[in-house]
Amino acid sequence: MATAAFTLDDLKRILLQSAGAAEGVDLDGEILDTEFEVLGYESLALLETGGAIEREYGISLDDEVITDADTPRALIDAVNAHLSTAGAA
Amino acid sequence: MSAPAVITGIGVAAPNGLGLRDYWAATLGGKSGIARLTHFDPSGYPAQLAGEVPGFVAEDHLPSRLIPQTDRMTRMALAAADWALADAGITPAELPSFDMGVVTASSSGGFEFGQGELRKLWSQGSQFVSAYQSFAWFYAVNSGQISIRNGMKGPSGVVVSDQAGGLDALAQARRQIRRGTPLIVTGAVDASLCPWGWVAQLSGGRMSTSAEAARAYLPFDREARGYVPGEGGAILIMEDAEAARARGARVHGRILGYGATFDPRPGSGRPPALLRAARTALADAGVDAADIDVVFADAAGEPAADRAEAEALTALFGIRGVPVTAPKTMTGRLYSGAAPLDVTAALLALRDQVIPPTVHVEPCPEYGLDLVLAQPRPAKLRTALVLARGHGGFNSALVVCGPE
Repeated sequence: MATAAFTLDDLKRILLQSAGAAEGVDLDGEILDTEFEVLGYESLALLETGGAIEREYGISLDDEVITDADTPRALIDAVNAHLSTAGAA
Repeated sequence: MSAPAVITGIGVAAPNGLGLRDYWAATLGGKSGIARLTHFDPSGYPAQLAGEVPGFVAEDHLPSRLIPQTDRMTRMALAAADWALADAGITPAELPSFDMGVVTASSSGGFEFGQGELRKLWSQGSQFVSAYQSFAWFYAVNSGQISIRNGMKGPSGVVVSDQAGGLDALAQARRQIRRGTPLIVTGAVDASLCPWGWVAQLSGGRMSTSAEAARAYLPFDREARGYVPGEGGAILIMEDAEAARARGARVHGRILGYGATFDPRPGSGRPPALLRAARTALADAGVDAADIDVVFADAAGEPAADRAEAEALTALFGIRGVPVTAPKTMTGRLYSGAAPLDVTAALLALRDQVIPPTVHVEPCPEYGLDLVLAQPRPAKLRTALVLARGHGGFNSALVVCGPE
């Protein structure tokens, strides 16, 4: 059975709820490969977002997963890798 | 030696008016913002009245990015800072970052935010506590958030000395201007009208438990029975006078002098030190008591403290020697936000040549004060003295005058 994938829409929803959006930033634009810093999210915003992902998906992410993922694509891939590992276990 | 520091911008969030214009109209009109608490249900608490800022919707003023990480006091401080900068005609992005600093006062930090996170901690677990709790509760958070939002990297900080802190912050801002930073955002906004904040304030034992909004906070009245707390305050733009003149800024007024003292240990037999704070401020301003045209009183609303303030004022000015007012009878005591709001009222009084009233008070004649009661009083005003005391023995005094 395929694990429900973590999508860009999921990430945007959780980002907005955890950390809002900066003035002049359109999360509906092409943001997959835009660095979080450029999108206006610093480490604390990502920590908060990571915590919300953990709670919603019932997983536990290492701190490095969040600090190393510097774009939405990197974070989505990391979460999906974790979900598939968790699903296989 | 008076410092060349001027106020060029004001932003207000007060219980009787959101924004400078509304606040001043309400204050001259004698309109009180004290009423039964609505932020939470106060049934079951011994005190149920407060001065709540009306109509502040943070989302109307701030980007969503700032909402999850801010307490109510910080949201109001950020909005007030925006208004103050606009009032001063300052666009921070056009100025060098290190030429602008932020010095605010705080008395309790972000209690409402902290209460929410503590609730999550105990009801859901530590993983539910916001990462933003790390700073959202903190005393210095208003200074920090104003600094970040406006790109201000000059000297910054926070002063924590209860109600006196509202003047101490302005004094620290003036020091930074003297040391060479041309612009400091200063003042204070406090807000802790949530259950956790409320019980913390109640524990001080000085709050009024009256349920009648017009009888609860009566400084200098025989019926004085404690104070009503409120939320809000004012953020001010302070600039080097030369820098303000060079850019053609409109000036609200000048900071002429400041003094701060600490009371002797209770039971020492030595007198309280408010009088010395006021004298120090006058000396710093290079003015005599006769030059002071109006006093904005601390107005504790507690008999012993009212008497002490009245004794200081009559020692300095003589019996009924100067008009005294306490517009905070319309807002409640705003902790660190109170004195910047009083400085605002003083500057507007100097501008309009009218003293705003003290409401609901029937002054105790023994105090010998010329309180401005019920109606605003037109007067020739050049210089004002603002007093503020903080719990635990803090006394501060500030002398301000008009633009010239």
